Amino acid sequence: MKTAFLDFEQPIAELEAKIEELRFAQEASAVDISVEIQRLQKKIQAVTKEIYAKLTPWQVAQVARHAQRPYTLDYIDFIFTDFEELHGDRSFGEDPSIVGGLARFNGQSVMVIGHQKGRDTKEKILRNFGMPRPEGYRKAMRLMRLAEKFGIPVVTFVDTPGAYPGIGAEERGQSEAIGRNLYVMAELQVPIVCTVIGEGGSGGALAIAVGDVVMMLQYATYSVISPEGCASILWKSSERAPEAAEILGITATRLKSLALVDKIVSEPLGGAHRDPAGAAQNLKKALQDALRQLSDKGATKLVEERFERLMSYGKYRELELK
Amino acid sequence: MSWLQKLLPPKIQRVGAGPKKNVPEGLWSKCPACAAVLYATDLEKNANVCPKCGHHNRISARERLELLLDDEGRFELGVEVAPLDALKFKDSKRYSERLADAEKATGETDALVVMQGAVKTVPAMAAVFEFDFMGGSMGSVVGERFVRAVDACLEQNLPLICITSTGGARMQEGLLSLMQMAKTTAALTRLSSQRLPFISVLADPTMGGVSASFAMLGDVVIAEPKALIGFAGPRVIEQTVRQTLPEGFQRAEFLLEKGAIDMIVDRRQLRDKLASLLTLLLRLPVATG
Repeated sequence: MKTAFLDFEQPIAELEAKIEELRFAQEASAVDISVEIQRLQKKIQAVTKEIYAKLTPWQVAQVARHAQRPYTLDYIDFIFTDFEELHGDRSFGEDPSIVGGLARFNGQSVMVIGHQKGRDTKEKILRNFGMPRPEGYRKAMRLMRLAEKFGIPVVTFVDTPGAYPGIGAEERGQSEAIGRNLYVMAELQVPIVCTVIGEGGSGGALAIAVGDVVMMLQYATYSVISPEGCASILWKSSERAPEAAEILGITATRLKSLALVDKIVSEPLGGAHRDPAGAAQNLKKALQDALRQLSDKGATKLVEERFERLMSYGKYRELELK
Repeated sequence: MSWLQKLLPPKIQRVGAGPKKNVPEGLWSKCPACAAVLYATDLEKNANVCPKCGHHNRISARERLELLLDDEGRFELGVEVAPLDALKFKDSKRYSERLADAEKATGETDALVVMQGAVKTVPAMAAVFEFDFMGGSMGSVVGERFVRAVDACLEQNLPLICITSTGGARMQEGLLSLMQMAKTTAALTRLSSQRLPFISVLADPTMGGVSASFAMLGDVVIAEPKALIGFAGPRVIEQTVRQTLPEGFQRAEFLLEKGAIDMIVDRRQLRDKLASLLTLLLRLPVATG
């Protein structure tokens, strides 16, 4: 598949195009230009490195939403075996914008749950652009309880613009569904490892992101409101989203410095979409470490530490009262 | 509120300080729903509910506490927790300036007021949102005060009542405010394991990050008449689905019909209703007070 380039990646795109041209020319001529191609490829590496070393938060958001970025099912393919997808919330319906099921991770049973976006138009609509309705969250909750019942750790992948703001979603209790998940994840008696792999859009993301270890891929974002939404509230114009992205603090590095994220999983040069297998390998390693770290803890200690961690969230002043 | 007022024993504290938005300074006030011209003191005596049409005007957190709790034995908690501009958030104005303005306008230091007391002699903890403080938005201070309210409930075996009036999470605190959803909700697990009731009262409006966390998880969920309650705001939904929303969408009556809440209670009957529910849940005799 041809790589789609973002605006700020134009210098890379131009070099890639040049290589293409040369390759085309080579077929027609006898001159060996492989040296020249090699030189250009090195240059691409250098330029990519340079561009990606100083991405603005808004540019990171573009990478996080890249149309070719690996989604939950891609990572499931790379990282797990024997994936048995389970469907439905048992009371209203099946929501394909969240996928989940049993799988093996290095042979061990796990419950995998994640937001799922679509690749082409048809799948995008089927997956509702990764925006779950209440039944999606209730399916996730059902699967977590199932995992708890059999002592199976839960692994979640977060990648959503947000919970779906629709009429039916409100009628069926979007708020309650999200709130209930937060509650269940706070008390679940098995390890939970959460990774933001793309977009962490507000409450719709948090609803499957409360855990013992919370990680982010290097170019993922996690935010209380989308930069566009924030900009349209603050300046009545979504055009100023880049500024909003700056002040909201949505990048992995910023959130790690605020101790809201435990670990940043590095991505291949130029982002996960350039090398999905490489990204998956890094993620697998990180999951392995996280699960190993949690495996010895008893349920009581696990839940106790998770609780303490949740209670530590927040920055405020403590006044001295006379 | 000044430090001096805070130090005064609650009994002689002037509760209900701060501006009363819906009651203009004049003697007369016009109901925004039925346009009836009302004598301001009548309206105030009537819990700011229009005596003609029953329209519930928004009221301050302290006015709510005044209506809810017995006069005796009130004690405010969480005043020691004050806001901080952790992200150095600035749009047209700095967050720190917005905080200062909100404090000036409301007399509160953040959007949640927690008070221990009794409802018709039944000891209880009350946490009430102040909508006029930055739209009643939940940031770190609201989250921490809520948790301290829960902690005090656990220590003293008290039920918790929370009255929400909020637009949701506080944007100016970024992801820290989103995490308050997880924090406050997690605290409820402790109340449950100690079998302490949590009654959630949804006032107009209860939206976003607060409705999508602890607010819908009450052992009993009550709403005020016509209160707007939901996850996404009506405008956002309209833009997404590109159709006009049905009449009464996201109003308390709509939620009752959809099975999302237990009951709608008129503000003037809330105190009696809460006393009845709490005594029933706690298996206590009928409250007298």
